[in-house]
Amino acid sequence: MLSKLNRQTFIYYACTSAMLIFILSLSGSAFFSAANLLNILLQTAPVAVMAIGLSFALSVGYIDLSIGAIVVICGMAAAFLLPLYGLPVAVVFALSLGVCIGAINGYLCERFALPPLIVTLGMLGVLTGFARKISDLQSIPIIHTHFITLFGHGSVLGVPIFLLWLAGLVMIAALIMTQTRFGRHLFAVGVSSSLAHQMGLNVSRVRMIAMSLCGGFCAFAGLLYAARMQSAKYTIGESDLMVAIAAVIIGGCSLLGGKVNIFAVVLGVWLLGCINNALIFSGFSSNEQMMVKGGILIVAVTITTRAQKS
Amino acid sequence: MKRTALDQVALEVRGLYKSFEGINVLSGVNFTVNRGEVVALLGDNGAGKSTLVQCLAGLTQPDKGKIQVGQIERALCSPSASYQAGIAVVHQDLALVQGLSVVENLFLNREILHQHRMLRLLGWLDKKAMARQAKKLLQRLGMPLININAPVNTLSGGQKQAVAIIRAVYAGAEIIVMDEPTAALGAEQCARLVTLIRLLSSQGIAIILISHNLQQVDTLCDRAVILFQGQSVADVAIDEVSQAQLLGYMNGIELDIAQAS
Repeated sequence: MLSKLNRQTFIYYACTSAMLIFILSLSGSAFFSAANLLNILLQTAPVAVMAIGLSFALSVGYIDLSIGAIVVICGMAAAFLLPLYGLPVAVVFALSLGVCIGAINGYLCERFALPPLIVTLGMLGVLTGFARKISDLQSIPIIHTHFITLFGHGSVLGVPIFLLWLAGLVMIAALIMTQTRFGRHLFAVGVSSSLAHQMGLNVSRVRMIAMSLCGGFCAFAGLLYAARMQSAKYTIGESDLMVAIAAVIIGGCSLLGGKVNIFAVVLGVWLLGCINNALIFSGFSSNEQMMVKGGILIVAVTITTRAQKS
Repeated sequence: MKRTALDQVALEVRGLYKSFEGINVLSGVNFTVNRGEVVALLGDNGAGKSTLVQCLAGLTQPDKGKIQVGQIERALCSPSASYQAGIAVVHQDLALVQGLSVVENLFLNREILHQHRMLRLLGWLDKKAMARQAKKLLQRLGMPLININAPVNTLSGGQKQAVAIIRAVYAGAEIIVMDEPTAALGAEQCARLVTLIRLLSSQGIAIILISHNLQQVDTLCDRAVILFQGQSVADVAIDEVSQAQLLGYMNGIELDIAQAS
């Protein structure tokens, strides 16, 4: 499947790797320790899950700006419900909540023919405000040990469970995209919605399911964050939107829809994670890191758009 | 007639009217197409051909009139309704999803699902069965050289056209409307397409061909329906008219003669 990466994606990897090496030359060798590399994998896992979700939205030519807020609200839902109703209820509720929010986003876009950019921007506002209100700007601690082991700090045969979840979700997303009827329809709608309509596809339904899946994956990212940090806070996932969008674009998807390679998306997240980590080692502040990430996003979009026009 | 058409009516269009913002685009279109017949739909620019095609494709709804497929009257209110009625329109350029492969395009929205019940429920594709079917289909329709796994944007214009037509056949279309199928093709590809059209009509599929190439209409079609200013002004057997007469109909010159006879 990796052989299917397009040439454009390789260019991205080459560019970002070159950048990484440049930054590393400033920082020294601490970056290459096994502990640090594992740390990068663990840190970026929730963002990778968000990027996978976003891939569904972007592949139909939609966008979801509310993914960070979905992560927050679902993490909080889990944190609130865990002490009251236990693990299964909290997890199922949080995941369903994410799917529902995604479905509402999709429904509003389809029913009233609204641009997803605006709908999800509004949803971002609504959810963020709500999260701040119910949490009272405080972090909600999670002390449920099973939850923390299952979604955050446990390991199976020495492999951190965090990475196993990521691997599982990557596989699920990749199988949906390549092996199912829905995956085909997703791309057909993304490439040309009018053509898909002419071929008798229910374009609205495909888009709504894509948005719901996006919500579902982000809800899962919320669980991972909550378990990892053993708390839920309204600031989590705030700056992840930029990284997630950049990763999906590096993964070969333009903002106009079309084929996405999930493995490439995850690789993109890791590369961005490495760059960020190297920046930290080189002594850049978090503000400067944010500037670099924003710059990478703009460059990635520019390259993709130019490649599509030619 | 060049070959004996099965005398079963595949498509009947009666009294079709359509206006856009007060301008009559179609004002009384009548014609029938029999099974296995190749009928040319002729007319100058603005005669109403594209609107008629849009009505048949389910992309616009006529204001008045009826469209019968077989013996059943159909309201073609959407592209999928049109497909279900057995009408497939192969558009000039916008026929295939770029970036998907030949086999993916052939089976788009008609995917073969896995045998296993659980996997079926998940919408799991049976890629092997689709590849097998696609190869068989291409073989049967004389296009065995097309690589079914190639993305359609790597195919030649003729191959794309053929894939779009074969897609329609696989979808079970009884009537295939082709909008200028040979406009962008070279001579050899044209010849191949002509063979394909003949093959389809011999299998009982009715074909409506929209073309400006009268030479081609002459060799390929059984009948011609001519539109002039939104009306079907003539319905003639190709063998009985000359190209000059066809041109005359298209320009409204032969109108009086036709009405007199």
